[in-house]
Amino acid sequence: MNIFDRLMLIDRRWVFLFLVIVSVFAYVADFQVPIMVEPEVRNIYRFIDTLPIGSVVFLPLDYDPGSMAELHPMTFAIVEQCWRKELKVLITALSQNGPGMADEALRKLVDSMKVPRTYHGITYPAREIVNGVDYVFLGYKPYPAMVILGMGQNFRLPFPLDYYGTPLDSLPMMRGLFNYDDIACAINISGTNATDFWISYGQGRYGFPLAIGVTGVSTAQYYPYYGSGQLFGIMGGMLGAAQYEELADNAGNAKGAMRVQLSAHLVIIAFVIMGNIGFFATMRKRKREKIEGRR
Amino acid sequence: MKQQMPRLIVLVFGAFLLFQFFVPHESSERAYEFLLDWILIIGVFALAVGIWSLFHVHVDKIRTRKVGWKYSYVTLVGFVSMIMFGLTAQNGQEWGWFFPFLVSVILTVLMVVQALSSKGRAPTYLGLAGLFTLVAILIANFDNDWSFYFQTAVPLRAYLFRSTFDNVLVSLHATMFSLLAFFIASAAYRAFRARNVMATLLLLAALIVMSRFNPYLAPVFGEYVAKLSNWLMNVPNMAAQRAIIMGVGLGMVATALKVILGIERNYMGRG
Repeated sequence: MNIFDRLMLIDRRWVFLFLVIVSVFAYVADFQVPIMVEPEVRNIYRFIDTLPIGSVVFLPLDYDPGSMAELHPMTFAIVEQCWRKELKVLITALSQNGPGMADEALRKLVDSMKVPRTYHGITYPAREIVNGVDYVFLGYKPYPAMVILGMGQNFRLPFPLDYYGTPLDSLPMMRGLFNYDDIACAINISGTNATDFWISYGQGRYGFPLAIGVTGVSTAQYYPYYGSGQLFGIMGGMLGAAQYEELADNAGNAKGAMRVQLSAHLVIIAFVIMGNIGFFATMRKRKREKIEGRR
Repeated sequence: MKQQMPRLIVLVFGAFLLFQFFVPHESSERAYEFLLDWILIIGVFALAVGIWSLFHVHVDKIRTRKVGWKYSYVTLVGFVSMIMFGLTAQNGQEWGWFFPFLVSVILTVLMVVQALSSKGRAPTYLGLAGLFTLVAILIANFDNDWSFYFQTAVPLRAYLFRSTFDNVLVSLHATMFSLLAFFIASAAYRAFRARNVMATLLLLAALIVMSRFNPYLAPVFGEYVAKLSNWLMNVPNMAAQRAIIMGVGLGMVATALKVILGIERNYMGRG
């Protein structure tokens, strides 16, 4: 077996080992990678940034812990931006483990708002975020399509109480907030097929501005909706989250994780190239042997 | 009658919802809201069926000693524990007799499972299940350090539920998902070979999309890779995805019409 044959038949454990070494090195090493921002992500940032104070941003967080590495940073960056801009946030979680994700993010974000921060050179003072005033977390109900249609009539239809058991009518933020007509936009952050329901049953039927943040693997399938104008923005995977953090000047987990992702991609590219070098070399060798055999 | 009633119900409600979509009248909207309520209520029953199914599948696995049957015990213990954590919360700082209560509940379920899966000793296991139930009821009744919360979401913010979710479930899910990175890397190495024209196109597209915005490659390729990647996403990808979506959409409309008109009857368990 020559070197080219070996290049084609590298044991997968070597691939795993290289990936681990590079990922750990990239995670531990202290360096930043420059982030280039796509228009799909910029649209979402600009939309939220230009909303008047007091507008309601609807944030359905339909993801489970499996995709939290990619999607949690989006939630953190968007909610923090909304609260610093004094916007209100309405949250649902239509995947089974979504409420745990949303609740955890809310607890951390409420704490982080107690500290003054500077973004793009502007210092935002510390704020006490109040449940029912600055945000309402509606919680979980099964069957996303039905819940989305129900909320189109009235949020109180599928959610008479919020996640913490308080009647919606007794929450100050819910005064005058009945259905999708009363929100500025919805940004669905999802690792499930709930996004399809939000597009078909939510935006399709009720026509509110919708943007999405989805996992890297499912980003490509939503581009037609972006092209048709049904979505005003898409954040795709860790890269999308990092781009949003870059725009918001709020470096979080995604920007840090881009070091690991980009390095891991380089390892994969290197292995793919090695495999193809081996493939072409052995193919040429076989062709040559065939010709010589005929002679 | 058994055949015709479900078909009639599907025809009436399917046709109504189809036409309701195009009728913006107030009474139509009210009927729609009423039906949505019904769907949500029926959905909750389906959830109960799902929970029963999970229990049934794992009891069956234990009974027939299928491959990995021991893990079914882990599933059932986790299942019962999480339900208990989600329904109970401390009243103060002390746990009191909560953990003996939890153990009693788990043992009750395990004894029921044993009774269902053992052939000759079912009465013994059922007796033990009754005993553990009695212990659990007595603890729940006399211990004031914790309580059940059926009507409010207090336990969802309580320590046990939160810490189990944050430290067990999140870690397990994240681990499972991160393992994918290794399998994808290995699969990419094996699959992305330029064997023919189509495979070469797939390989090139994958490499371009993977290396977009990669600052390590920017000195070599400049912004061309990013531009090419954006074009791939916005033109060929969008065109192909549109075709798929339209095909699926038309298929769904056709299937829905077949169901409403009673041509498709698989949902009743027969063709």
